[in-house]
Formats: sequence, C-alpha cells, structure tokens
Amino acid sequence: MKTTWTSNHLFHPFLSQTLPQNPSVIATMTDPTSRNEWEAAFDAAAKRDTLFSTRSGVDQDALHGDGPHPGQYPYTRGIHAAGYRSRLWTMRMFAGFGTAEDTNARFKDILRNGGTGLSTAFDMPTLMGRDSDSEWAVGEVGRAGVAVDTLADMEDLFADIDLGSVSTSMTINGPAAIVMAMYIALAEKNGVEHTALSGTIQNDIFKEYQAQKEYIFPPRPSVRLITDMMAFTATEMPRWHPISISGYHIREAGSTAAHELAFTIANGFAYVEAALAAGLDVDAFAPRLSFFFNAHSDFFEEIGKFRAARRIWARWMKERYGAKDPKSQMLRFHTQTAGVSLTAQQPKNNIARVALQALSGALGGTQSLHTDSYDEALALPTEEAARIALRTQQIVAYETGVTSVVDPLGGAPYVEWMTDEMERRAEEVFAHLDDIGDGSILEGVYAGIDDGYFVSEIAEASYRFEREVNAGERIIVGVNAFTEGNDESEQNLLRIDPATEELQLKRLGEVKKARDDAAVSDVLARIRTDAADPTVNLMPVLIDAVKSYATEGEIVSALEDVFGTYVERTVI
Amino acid sequence: MSAHPNIRIVLAKLGLDGHDRGLRVVTRMLRDAGFEVIYLGLRQTADMVVAAALQEDADAVGLSLHNASHLTLAPRMIDALRDAGLDIPVIVGGIIPDVDVQPLRDAGVAAILGPGASSDDVAAAVREAVATP
Repeated sequence: MKTTWTSNHLFHPFLSQTLPQNPSVIATMTDPTSRNEWEAAFDAAAKRDTLFSTRSGVDQDALHGDGPHPGQYPYTRGIHAAGYRSRLWTMRMFAGFGTAEDTNARFKDILRNGGTGLSTAFDMPTLMGRDSDSEWAVGEVGRAGVAVDTLADMEDLFADIDLGSVSTSMTINGPAAIVMAMYIALAEKNGVEHTALSGTIQNDIFKEYQAQKEYIFPPRPSVRLITDMMAFTATEMPRWHPISISGYHIREAGSTAAHELAFTIANGFAYVEAALAAGLDVDAFAPRLSFFFNAHSDFFEEIGKFRAARRIWARWMKERYGAKDPKSQMLRFHTQTAGVSLTAQQPKNNIARVALQALSGALGGTQSLHTDSYDEALALPTEEAARIALRTQQIVAYETGVTSVVDPLGGAPYVEWMTDEMERRAEEVFAHLDDIGDGSILEGVYAGIDDGYFVSEIAEASYRFEREVNAGERIIVGVNAFTEGNDESEQNLLRIDPATEELQLKRLGEVKKARDDAAVSDVLARIRTDAADPTVNLMPVLIDAVKSYATEGEIVSALEDVFGTYVERTVI
Repeated sequence: MSAHPNIRIVLAKLGLDGHDRGLRVVTRMLRDAGFEVIYLGLRQTADMVVAAALQEDADAVGLSLHNASHLTLAPRMIDALRDAGLDIPVIVGGIIPDVDVQPLRDAGVAAILGPGASSDDVAAAVREAVATP
C-alpha cells in the first residue's frame, strides 16, 4: 500500500481517519545508491579497535543483504550504518537499596571503576509519592531501592559527585516531576548549569495504569506533568531525556510480545500527540524520546519485535506526525532481560536464559542492555550474581562475533517474516486505539485505560500462559519438567538491613525540624494555585518547593488536592 | 464449617507494591476450581481486608506479597483479623525466601505458596487451610 497524503496533513495528528491503517510497506530495495550511501556512512563512522574476523581467519564483512540498509529509513536494520562495529551497546546495570548514603557509596564505586552512568532505583514509598513516615511505608522503606523524601536525601545520594560530568538514570514515574525538581535544585545548589545535566527519567505514566500500577494522579493531569517536563527540558536541559517509554513492565505483567510492542509504541504516539497539543514542535522533543523493551525467551519473536519497533516508529513519526529530523524517526531503546522468565527452581539455570535473551537483544540492535541476575526470582541480586549477569552480556558482546556484522539476521526469511508479523499485529492495536479515540491515539490510550482494555488483554495473556504451563503444553525447565535437583538448598540471598527504615525516619525527622514550616506552607499553596491553571508550567514551582525541603509526600498531597487520586477500575 | 456451599476467599495485596500479576492469575485459578473469590486488588490495608472478610463472610484470606515486606505485613493482617474476632486462615503467596517460612508460620500464616505453585497446589492449600481447625 502506498501512502498518498500530502504534507498538509502532517501537522494534524488528530486527523487519522484519513490515514492508511497500515502505513505503506517499504519494498525491499536493491537500489545501488542505497548501498553507496550506506558505504559512505559506514566509512565515516568510527570503528572499534578490534579484529573483525572469525578465529578461523574468515573476514566478516560488516554488511550482508539488501537495503534499506542499517542507518537508512525506516531503520528496520538499525539506526546506525556501522552498528556495533562503531560502539557496543551500553552495559547499564540498575541498582539501589538502603539509604541515600548506601547508594552514594555504590555510585562512587562505579565512578572510581571508570563508569560514567549512574542508575537509581527508588524504594516503593518514594515511587508511590509517600514519605518514609507514612503509614503506607511501614516495612517498605529502603527495601527495593533508595528512599528519597526530601532534597536532603538527594544531597546525600549525590554527595561529592559532579552532576555536570555524570549521566544519571532515574527510574520513577508517578512523582517523576518532583524527583527531577530535586535533581535540578541540587545542581543549582552545587553551581551546575541546567544545560550541563545529562540523564534519563523514566516518567512513563501510561504503562503504570496498564501494567506496573505505580500511579498516583488520574491520567490527564499526569500527562500534563509530563508535557510540562518535556517543555522545560526542551529549553533548559537539552541533554536530558524526559521520558523512557517502557514496554518492559507491560511484558512482565504478562502481555504477549506483540502487545508489548503495540502498547508501548502506542503510548509513544500518545505522548507525541500530547506534546504537539501542548504546542511543542515535534523535532524539538522527539530526538530525545527513548524506549525500553523486554528481552524474553521466544528468541526469534523478540528479534522480530525489536526490528518491527524501529520500522513502525520511523514510519509513523515521519508520515503521521510530520517529523523531518531523521533523529526524530529513529527509535533508540534500552533492553532488559525478562525477570518474569527467571525461575526460583534451579536458579542457576537462569544464567542460560539470560544469555539467550541478551543475545536476542544484541541481534535486535539494542542501544543498551541490563542482564538480570540468576537469583532475582528469589530476592534482590547478590553482588556475585550481578557480576555473572554483567559477564554474560560481555561474553555475548566480545566472544560470539555477533557484533562484527550489522543486523546479521537481516534478510533471513523467518526473521523478516516475524518482523512483518509483529508489525501487522501492532498495527491492529493501533487501528483499535485510533478507532476508540476517534482518530487520536492519545484519546484511544485514555479510553483503553478507562475501559480496562490494556489490563484485561494483559491479564488474559498471562492466564493463558499459566494454564499452558499447568497443563504441561509448554515446558519450563525445572518448573514442569526436568525437576530433578529442585530440592537443592537455597543460595545466599541479599537481605536488607531493617535498621535502614529507622535511620531514614530519623533523617526525615531532622530535616522537618530544621526547615521553615511557613515557607513550606506558602510554596505548597502556590503548587495548588499553579496546578489549577493548566497553562502554567509546574516545574518552576516544584523546584521552589523542594528547595524549601517540602517532602515528596507533601507535594504529592498538594497536587492531589487539585488533580485527585487515581483508583483502578477492577477488571479480572 | 462454612455457611456457603463453596469456599469464599478474600484476595488482596497489602501496602504499596503493585505486582498484581500473580494475584490476578490466582483469582482466575481459584474461580475455575469452584471457589468464590472476592478480589480486592491493590493498595489494601489490613483493616480494609478485615472489613471485606466480615461483609463477605469469607472462609479465608489470601495475600500476595512480592516486596520483601511479608514479615511486617502478614503478621499485621493476622493481628487485625484476630482483633476483629475472625478466626479464618491467612494464606500467603509470592516471593518468600526459605528462611522466612518458619517465622511466618510461627506468626500464624496457614500456608505459603511460592513461585511455580500449580493451580492444583493453590486450590489444595486453600482447602486444607480452611479445613484445618
């Protein structure tokens, strides 16, 4: 199918009735220009200083197969001409527990060992916008990540670290604007310019209503916070990625691969439409959007999913949303192996699962990768298990030779078929959302959250899988087959010191005692006023609020006074 | 002995943890096995669960805990039921390290179901917990 619409349509994201349901399929090309263009781009790219030949001495040509080639629209074969010949994926491992001081020590360790990327996991109360002294927080403070109640905790977390020279990834969604405000306020205190700040904040609220369930406010005000952050970072923090659109959690909640792909990309379209509606220019924000996918066990399906994701995004960004900058059309993504695929039975078998999943991420062309630790079905990883996980992806990267050739599976009939199939299934979901959203994917996503579409599709898929395993129709090694060895004694598991909670409560008490309560009340009142006016960007008042040492919970409450609190409609 | 022909069980997640996949699957497993399930879902307090158990005349309570908060939250649930004069078993499912199994049993948890428990395991554990005085 060929697309026929003109550039006049490009800036009307809500006029989708005029769109083809399945944007044009790009025919495989053997155009010599395309090959010449690829060669020019490849020659211009930096190369890793390593041998690109097998151990038997066979030279590995960087490119095999037909175009469109890597680095060429629609980027099915990758967003860079030279792929991993230029640069391997970033080996980014996610960590964090205990108090801010504990995590600060781990950060300094990473920096001393040559790392430049810091990745922060927050504890459950912080993720849910509740303070450590809230009744809801009992038993959860510092357990699954670091506790951040006030700017003081952010000061401890990044003590003696130059925010202008590191890249920080923060995995938080509901209260993301408040935590980002703390990071900005800390930079200001330390004399670091906004423009020097580099990093990513997950900030993907749609998948919270759909899968991970760490929501606070209802969807529309939550999206207003996100577009405020996108607008603020577009002008003030050009090196900051204000959102990481995440399918990982959708898959972990039990979706199929096709639905992970479809829901995630649809959420991406919805954020694009929200930003356009807020008056932002697509090429001003789209280059800084990034994605986060799961690498699960169905090997070729995963590879097809990653390749399809790039093609769908490129086509829709160009054709439907009028993006002109190729960077706006290129889908960049982080991958994490499937935590949910790890078994508590014979946990060391998980090392093999992770290796194969990591390989699918590499063959799918991921920009960065987190490999899960084998003991994660049981607890947070021990240091030894985390090291094996990192070594696993290093083995894939350095020993298998798959990084010598760009998109080495491109052109293989099964891989191309699976890529097309993943795309076709995703397009069916987009058509459904477009339909229930009256020509707007954004409205379609809101409607799908309201009517339980996402939640029930995910629940259905996870129950179907469970029944298949129960019935023995699907073999999971160590679970419903090959169970000899399941009784071996348990490994050493990481235990979090229960004293963390007391330390954090003491810290919070001290901060509250030392601050000017009148100033806190004033700024909380300003938050309510600004929140009630959708034309005001909330970032400046949030930065003022955290500087007064208002707690995350107090700021969330002030926003809830205006925005309300989301309660899930139960669908089983 | 229950006043109802089928066993009635209240299923809930206590606290802030949002991992509801397991509890949703267990809900459907038990319904398919003939149980009457009252699914409360996410962000429940012990008091909310007690209120539901009273109102629904429940025979058992099932908690799903994935956040290493089981040693705090499960005993709290048992105390709240006891305070309300409800003598019904509490069954815990989720990620429970072996070393925590005995402390939970000592606190009065009737059964503990880990990852990989089949639908038959789950149904049998609930039946046994309800049948045991």
